[in-house]
Amino acid sequence: MAKTSVLIEFLHFLKERKKLWLMPIILILVGIGLILVLVKGSALAPFIYSLF
Amino acid sequence: MTAILGISAFYHDSAAALIVDGNLVAAAQEERFSRIRHDEGFPVQAVEFCLKRAGLKPENLDYVAFYDKPVQKFDRLLETYISYAPSGLSSFLKAMPVWLKDKLWTQDSLYKHLTGFEGPVFFPEHHESHAASAFFPSPFRSAAFLTMDGVGEWTTTSWGTGRENTLSMLKEIRFPHSAGLLYSAFTFYTGFKVNSGEYKVMGLAPYGRPVYVQKILDHLIDIREDGSFRLNMDYFEYPYGLKMTSKAFEDLFGGPARKPETPLTQREMDLACSIQKVTEDLVLKIAGHIRRETGEENLCLAGGVALNCVANGILKKTGLYRNIWVQPAAGDAGGAAGAAWYVWHKALGNSRNPDGNRDSQSGSYLGPEYPNEEIRHFLVEKGIKYHEYRGKLPSTIAALIEKQKVIGLFRGRMEYGPRALGSRSIIGDARSPGMQSVMNLKIKFRESFRPFAPAIKSEKVSDWFEFEGESPYMLMVAGVREEKRRYPENRDLFGIELLNQVRSEIPAVTHVDFSARIQTVHRETNLFFWQILDEFEKLTGVPIVINTSFNVRGEPIVCRPEEAFTCFMNTGMDVLVLGDFVLYKTEMPESGQDSGYLKKFELD
Repeated sequence: MAKTSVLIEFLHFLKERKKLWLMPIILILVGIGLILVLVKGSALAPFIYSLF
Repeated sequence: MTAILGISAFYHDSAAALIVDGNLVAAAQEERFSRIRHDEGFPVQAVEFCLKRAGLKPENLDYVAFYDKPVQKFDRLLETYISYAPSGLSSFLKAMPVWLKDKLWTQDSLYKHLTGFEGPVFFPEHHESHAASAFFPSPFRSAAFLTMDGVGEWTTTSWGTGRENTLSMLKEIRFPHSAGLLYSAFTFYTGFKVNSGEYKVMGLAPYGRPVYVQKILDHLIDIREDGSFRLNMDYFEYPYGLKMTSKAFEDLFGGPARKPETPLTQREMDLACSIQKVTEDLVLKIAGHIRRETGEENLCLAGGVALNCVANGILKKTGLYRNIWVQPAAGDAGGAAGAAWYVWHKALGNSRNPDGNRDSQSGSYLGPEYPNEEIRHFLVEKGIKYHEYRGKLPSTIAALIEKQKVIGLFRGRMEYGPRALGSRSIIGDARSPGMQSVMNLKIKFRESFRPFAPAIKSEKVSDWFEFEGESPYMLMVAGVREEKRRYPENRDLFGIELLNQVRSEIPAVTHVDFSARIQTVHRETNLFFWQILDEFEKLTGVPIVINTSFNVRGEPIVCRPEEAFTCFMNTGMDVLVLGDFVLYKTEMPESGQDSGYLKKFELD
């Protein structure tokens, strides 16, 4: 339930900021990300500066 | 009763803070408990401490506040990858799993860790949390605020006004243009760790000359008269890469970044000096613009850049503002308290009642404390010899400092924020010419160039430093007064050659440019520490001691008595004050030493 609300919040955010045109490419990126999660099976924090 | 738990987590310096009926009753960084420097995990133990301190359980909480908006941060991440594609592929491949498995579901995570809590969770924006942490606990009814850091969701710099219980953000600068990340880029390039070595760059700056300032202004950053700025992103890789600077940056400054732990050269010192100068000018410009736009006489600062106490000191010296208040936990750890303040005042509309004089931060002594009986139990159980000096402890400590002893001071509530302010401190004689070297190399095991800070009785600060007012959180730098200075015979030295010269009556806390990072100690917030200074003044005429954090390089500041004892036993400290008890190194068994102690901590 909470996961759905995060997705809805994300959609609202994009709509409010007039960024809905980004949706297709975001979906592709998220899709790739999901595949990465499934393939790797774990989500160890990478060595990147803590910007993200 | 209304209880609000603020949390910062998942990036660096996780922390928890608890506000009960408008009072900040507890706050602490997770690293102190987990013993992992800059711990980024969920602050399980910090939360546990906050709740225990107030006698609460998660089900007693009314609200939880998380210090930023994960969804907006995720949007920034995706948009940035899109903008720089395909350059950011490797960073993308590493970041996505973390986001899709963990960071995006922060709300779930909060409820999972706070079993029993069923109330609402607020997510103020990152810079709203910083602004709230700067203004709401400040002593002012009305003030301007300025927040500058690496980046939050999109914002890297924001300013606005706070009036009573409201905050209005009037202007922001957005990623990738970031003063914090510009400074971090130089931190990386000069061979220090990003998000922890910025302090070293600031400490290194006075050894250098500002020879790269024009190059930085010509190529890296365009600063307008109103303090707004843009970076030339050709020189940086941080939006998409695994390092801060690009090949163009290396070409501009004549070579690759210094490798960590290799010898420092004049080049690094000059780079440090130059970026420090640019940062100071930027802060002055933006602060001046805010002053003109808002008409406010008071300024509140937060965000990582507000830990640049040299810039803060210069800003104060200009007299642009009548008063400046800096949140002591100005980095992300302070976002926990800021988020909670935000809910209490802005979301719930509760009023403030500042007196114009004292802040609501309680000296930032907001962490755990350990009663004497608990400490005694620890000492007895371990068979450790100790002494008690009932009522005479401050004078005993002062006498030991006068005899050149280095003392670990563990007493009272631990500090919230990166600075040790007398509860988890190592103190020594500021008059001693050799003390900086002894403390750096034999006690802290850190780089010899790093300066130490003076703690001074608040009422005496103007007698010793070119400074009026208060600096209770060690976040203002000012010069040693002219009459206290000593000018070395050989004035042709520069760079690291300056290190061992005696420059004042208090050489151990006088940096090579005659500056000092001042902590004013106040009877109202730390009577015991004030009494030590008072007794030391009676003995020597100097109301000042060195104050540095109670840890070795790479170690989080000690939190519990056993950590203080272990650190004491494995460093060159002579005396340890644990609550009301005093331990002498000469009476300690050698078996208390651990030859692998220093190796436990990754160098910062």
